[in-house]
Amino acid sequence: MEKEFEIVDHTADVGIRAYGTSMNQAFANAAKALFSLITELDNVDEVVYRDIELVAPDQESLLVEWLNELIYIFDAENIIFKRFNITQLNNTRLKARSYGEKVDSSKHKLKIGVKAATYHMLKVDKTNGCQVQVLFDI
Amino acid sequence: MPAPWQGILKKIDDYRWEIPTSYKVGMSVSGLIYASEAMLAHIWQDQVFQQVANVAFLPGIVGHSLAMPDIHWGYGFPIGGVAATRVKDGVISPGGVGFDINCGVRLLRTNLTEDEVRPKIRQLVDELFVNIPSGLGSEGKIRVSEKELNEVLIKGSRWALEKGYGEAEDIIVTEESGCLKGANPDKVSSKAKKRGIPQLGTLGSGNHFLEVEVVDEIYDRDAAKAMGIKDIGQVLILIHTGSRGFGHEVCTDYVRLLGEAVKRYGISLPDRQLACAPVSSPEGQDYLQAMACAANYAWTNRQCITHWVRESLVKVFSKSQRALGLEQIYDVCHNIAKIEEYPINGKKQRLCVHRKGATRAFPAGHPDVPDVYKDIGQPVLIPGDMGRCSYIALGTETAMKETFGSTCHGAGRVQSRAAAKRGLRGADVARALEQRGIIIKAESIVSAKALAARGIISKAEDMMGSLAEEASEAYKDVTEVVNVTDKAGISHKVAKAVPIGVIKG
Repeated sequence: MEKEFEIVDHTADVGIRAYGTSMNQAFANAAKALFSLITELDNVDEVVYRDIELVAPDQESLLVEWLNELIYIFDAENIIFKRFNITQLNNTRLKARSYGEKVDSSKHKLKIGVKAATYHMLKVDKTNGCQVQVLFDI
Repeated sequence: MPAPWQGILKKIDDYRWEIPTSYKVGMSVSGLIYASEAMLAHIWQDQVFQQVANVAFLPGIVGHSLAMPDIHWGYGFPIGGVAATRVKDGVISPGGVGFDINCGVRLLRTNLTEDEVRPKIRQLVDELFVNIPSGLGSEGKIRVSEKELNEVLIKGSRWALEKGYGEAEDIIVTEESGCLKGANPDKVSSKAKKRGIPQLGTLGSGNHFLEVEVVDEIYDRDAAKAMGIKDIGQVLILIHTGSRGFGHEVCTDYVRLLGEAVKRYGISLPDRQLACAPVSSPEGQDYLQAMACAANYAWTNRQCITHWVRESLVKVFSKSQRALGLEQIYDVCHNIAKIEEYPINGKKQRLCVHRKGATRAFPAGHPDVPDVYKDIGQPVLIPGDMGRCSYIALGTETAMKETFGSTCHGAGRVQSRAAAKRGLRGADVARALEQRGIIIKAESIVSAKALAARGIISKAEDMMGSLAEEASEAYKDVTEVVNVTDKAGISHKVAKAVPIGVIKG
């Protein structure tokens, strides 16, 4: 299997680089990387889903807003997502359905808290496959 | 071999290093780093020069783009940075405050000694751990409606006091009396409120902690006495937390909104995370009003936790609060932007002082210093990394002249969190602390052990990431940081305390 994502070191925080054959896949893998930082996704089942629709001025902003929307749902509703079906993605618009499960302390071990995705070191690149990079404040 | 920063930095003296405006085209003021020569090696490796230089691009910045000795690589702004901009024609940047708005420190004193507390430390740590919700996804014991939350956002610590959490004296010795003026809940998104409601009254996770400490060294006896610190061996309680998910969402919302404003106002920036708007613009004012809400949320949070600390000690020692002498020394915030006045070229000007990982350090006699401290100056509380030591210092006139009344806020990281985790396991960290006589109870350990016992995760030790990330090895030595601020004169060292018990998320 192709590499989905990797962790990028940063002194205070954690960055991720995610890959895909399409930008949809790279965005989905970035979301998967985010929740892998939070918990072990193997223990998470697909029980609930949430739909997200976003509009942003450019694709880089769209990536940050996509991840921040997921962080918001995790914090407000305690849902861990593990699978992401991005049905629409262009430079300014994203539509997705994300599947996961509410946090269950008898089953899920939360590793780290993620405060937000930032615009620092932000990259969306299509030159060699699709690749995105983002830094989280943890 | 010459150090790599030679030819870039201009040495002013042993503790001050200037990054000239020629370092990067677009800097409108120079950078000024407070550090010892030994510390520069870390700072150099960490791309901090770039970030200090980038902050110098902000329209309306005055003085220098300042770096305290605990400076480290952030996102946009460095952590440990101070930047003052003119209110008249300068900008405000949410990134210059950070996601954890009004992350801060509160210090309480007791009249207990180490000898009295040691025999009961396990019991005390257990009681504090039960009473104060901590850890990821933890929910508070306080249930507020959105209407009540709006009152929290407007009133700050006073709301907690009205609900019976704390003493009137606590507010007197809290920065801004625990309430930043101008808070307007209408400028806060419903998303921020949704994140904030369940988390009110929680310690959180990450680098936040609560410590039972013992006074270890006193450098200025008179100043210590004025703060109720009488002798070595006296027990103190330190609380380090902020505005939780509420503040994170306020920052997220306004980085996005001000990112759009940057284009409207024709501002050019080297890093998008520096997104900003003129202080006087509608966007800038909206952010200030929302930020004040988050600051007030954080003070309420620390005020409620203070109350539960008192309840825990009263229970464990079977003595009244008064008999225990459980009083607040001070409460500071170290992620904030404040409108303050400073003389610029001989003329008083209103400035927006961004302190991101920096503590206000006002001198004796300053009108914002409470009466009890008017002869000594504002207490500055500097927590070290978890399990090392923390310092109590005072603001100075030098800070007013050089750093817009600011000094350091903590230890500052030298190692990435991921690297710290690879090298150390949570269980090892806990064991090492216990060997040094420090009892730790972390939600990450408790929950990992519970899951391992039921066979859900195979090795509890591998799952204690959060604790390993906060190991001492990941931080600069806070002693070195505090000594630089003391020698440079931007704060005055009073006392040092070492932990004997730690509660962590």
